[in-house]
Amino acid sequence: MNGALRFADPKRARALADAIGTLAPTEPFKIVHVCGTHEMAITRGGLRSFLPETVDLLEGPGCPVCVTPAADIDAAVAIAQIGAIVCTFGDMMRVPGSRQSLDEARAEGHDVRTVLSAADAVDVARRADREVVFFAVGFETTAPMTAAVLLDDPPGNLSALVSHKQIPQAMAALLDLPDSRIGGYLAPGHVSTIIGTRAYEAWLGDRRIPTAVGGFEPLDILYAIALILRQHRDRSPKIENAYPRAVDADGNAAALRLINEVFESADTRWRGIGTIPASGYRLRASFAALDARERFSIELPPPRDEVPGCRCPDVLTARAVPSDCPLFSAECTPLTPVGPCMVGSEGACSIWFRYGGGRTLP
Amino acid sequence: MIEERVTSLHGAGGEVMGRLLAERVLPRFAHRSAGRIGLSALDDGGTVALPRGAELVVTTDSHVVKPVFFPGGDIGRLAAAGTINDLAVMGARPLALTFAAIIEEGFPIADLERILDSFATVLDEVDSAVACGDTKVMPPGEIDGIALNTTGLGAADRAISDAEARPGDRILVTGTIGDHGMALLAAREEFHLETTIESDVAAIWPMIETALRTGGVHAMKDPTRGGLAAALNEMARKSGFSLEIRESTIPIREDVGGLAEILGISPLEVANEGKAIVVVDPSHADAILGALKCHPLGRNAAIVGTVTEEYPGRVVLATEVGGRRFLDMPLGDPVPRIC
Repeated sequence: MNGALRFADPKRARALADAIGTLAPTEPFKIVHVCGTHEMAITRGGLRSFLPETVDLLEGPGCPVCVTPAADIDAAVAIAQIGAIVCTFGDMMRVPGSRQSLDEARAEGHDVRTVLSAADAVDVARRADREVVFFAVGFETTAPMTAAVLLDDPPGNLSALVSHKQIPQAMAALLDLPDSRIGGYLAPGHVSTIIGTRAYEAWLGDRRIPTAVGGFEPLDILYAIALILRQHRDRSPKIENAYPRAVDADGNAAALRLINEVFESADTRWRGIGTIPASGYRLRASFAALDARERFSIELPPPRDEVPGCRCPDVLTARAVPSDCPLFSAECTPLTPVGPCMVGSEGACSIWFRYGGGRTLP
Repeated sequence: MIEERVTSLHGAGGEVMGRLLAERVLPRFAHRSAGRIGLSALDDGGTVALPRGAELVVTTDSHVVKPVFFPGGDIGRLAAAGTINDLAVMGARPLALTFAAIIEEGFPIADLERILDSFATVLDEVDSAVACGDTKVMPPGEIDGIALNTTGLGAADRAISDAEARPGDRILVTGTIGDHGMALLAAREEFHLETTIESDVAAIWPMIETALRTGGVHAMKDPTRGGLAAALNEMARKSGFSLEIRESTIPIREDVGGLAEILGISPLEVANEGKAIVVVDPSHADAILGALKCHPLGRNAAIVGTVTEEYPGRVVLATEVGGRRFLDMPLGDPVPRIC
């Protein structure tokens, strides 16, 4: 393949690496990104080998299925046990709930199906003679698709169990955790195409944290890192756009309109982090009839997010890398996952395991 | 206590299959060598010592494929080529093959004839013969369509193993990587894809023979299940040295690379059925590359890496953009990205 056409030209990468080397501080500096696609590009490209020793690059809460709290999975399992058909993305199936995953519920004979989109759940509902629930997970990128389906006169037997989340709020919350020591943020390109760079101002504007929105090609990522380090060196933190070919200040107006019509912000729980103010989406009152939580009255015992011995909470808050966990690649592999970060294909542990992360080669 | 069962991963050519063979299969056979390269070597075939130092190479392979007729070939072509290629990468001329079929009741005779014709065509291409055969029919539902087993017998003056890579050696691949696996993925109907990707399934003995005549070949392997990643890791582990691969030099068809991006599957982890990895003495590398390129099946051959002592038993990938990482053994069959 032609590296120059794919924003992977080694000469330009080397030039950016040199710039990063010059800009990097002499004391340790931690850059956190919040996107599984970024982690995939970083690990597959071996991009950490371009960074000076003082610069760490970690994935935070970037895997949507990984941050879905056990309580929401418990609700989906309970709905399946009542006899409804639960539809969700394949990645969600094996994520542990408090007692059971959706995959385990299916093995017990309950009807849980994987779909590729919210629209597929509508097809399932049209053909079904029972209640169908779409378990809607994901960040600002998938929320508009759920909204579009709910706005488009869905079949009467379809409802949604909404667990959508908003990234800028989580980025702000991470800064306040003990020992977070985050020096800068590489903000996610996909989410930013929807929300625009201005959306970060409300949550990070007064936090003085160097931030750059980055694309997903190797050069996009290295360029964004250079901008973050330059902001740090010049003591001029801001929200910078290193991905202008896809992202602008205001985002995608049509997608945002869909979101606002259907959802309102609500406090929500993130696995590994806890409850973050206004960081989730819930259905507006006018859509209550489509809310699976309203349609099925579910009583659940208190949820349990943590898996004993698993360091996913630290990985999801960028306070550890996968190889810091004693279970990583020993008991915990993609075949025998212990925690959500090894289940989700966008989870840091899964990506490190599959693409030789865990050791930066000189 | 969960009862242990065979899973699809035990047959996928990756880490899980390797553990099954090492821990459960090999220890059960006290006698597992009939020549210089025995079962324990887990090579593409084994050798039987013959008088006057020559070696008989034996290999066997069972074939199931979905769909039975796929873009670029069918199960008959796959069975013949797969077995001949296992002999070829051991440096053996294919003398004879067996043909055994297990067929589901109701399978169309016309399809069986097409499969047999494909098998025969490959034999003609390499001037080999079918020596014996067997047929079993199973009731409907007890086997899915048709399964083939083929044993191959080959002759070599001295068989070439997959374990003899040495520091300084150059690593060649004989053509584009990932074609067969991606062609089969593209043919799966749930993806609703229309592509022009065809399987590379072909018997490579004539091409390999020209490389062998040049001399200096130290080790060979065909990157079938588990793809280039699995085959390179096996060669690295067995040799005890490090294989350093330059990603940008690996020949990959544009459509294969594009589909790989869409599905989130690495072309290095899916099967090839008409390719070989050839590890050669550095002084012979250019001559062997030239010889391979002269053959139609080898026109995209390339030197993709070097054997080093840096990380014993590991494969290091110098990435396209200029980073470095380990290229690890795939766990099992790769799964397409869902969301």
